[in-house]
Amino acid sequence: MVSHWVMLFTGGAVLLAIVLVLWRALLGPTVYDRILAINALGTKTVILVAILSFITERPEFLDIALLYTLINFVVTIAILKYKEVGRLE
Amino acid sequence: MNAATEIWTVICLAGGAFFALTAGVGILRMPDFYSRAHPAGKSDTLAQTLIMVGLLFQALQHEDLGLGAAVKLVLIVVFLFITAPTAIHAITRAAHVDGLKPWTKENRRGE
Repeated sequence: MVSHWVMLFTGGAVLLAIVLVLWRALLGPTVYDRILAINALGTKTVILVAILSFITERPEFLDIALLYTLINFVVTIAILKYKEVGRLE
Repeated sequence: MNAATEIWTVICLAGGAFFALTAGVGILRMPDFYSRAHPAGKSDTLAQTLIMVGLLFQALQHEDLGLGAAVKLVLIVVFLFITAPTAIHAITRAAHVDGLKPWTKENRRGE
């Protein structure tokens, strides 16, 4: 089917975008560049897992994608708080 | 799968792939931290919404477990609309409070 090939192509494009964002995470001169890149990487991972759920015909991966959306947000806020205060309380 | 579902799926998934690639290239190539926040917050969220809507067309045509997958996809879109721009705003505000200066034509710092 055509839609199967389009899903594979979209997954490949998102994977290429993940590599580009990882390069910014390695390169970024300030720490905020790296935090931004990791947040964007989490968002793209959610897209990739949802596409994989439709390619391999497994509905369990959508639960993983839903959870990782929330985990990504919480981890970004926790890292920012640790950077500002010095500890996690 | 009838032809209308296929066409809408292809359109939405191709648009989502284009915006995701644009977000990646934008995060890599922008000259300053504050200008890198724009593709990360906006273009990324739009790419996610388009791809999830494209997958929603596929999920609604499935025989069994189609409605559960559709509800989960809609929930992913709702959570991402709420949390992704908020996280980018928090990062930008933390950088501003810390004293990071933006990139202007005179001083040309940041890259």
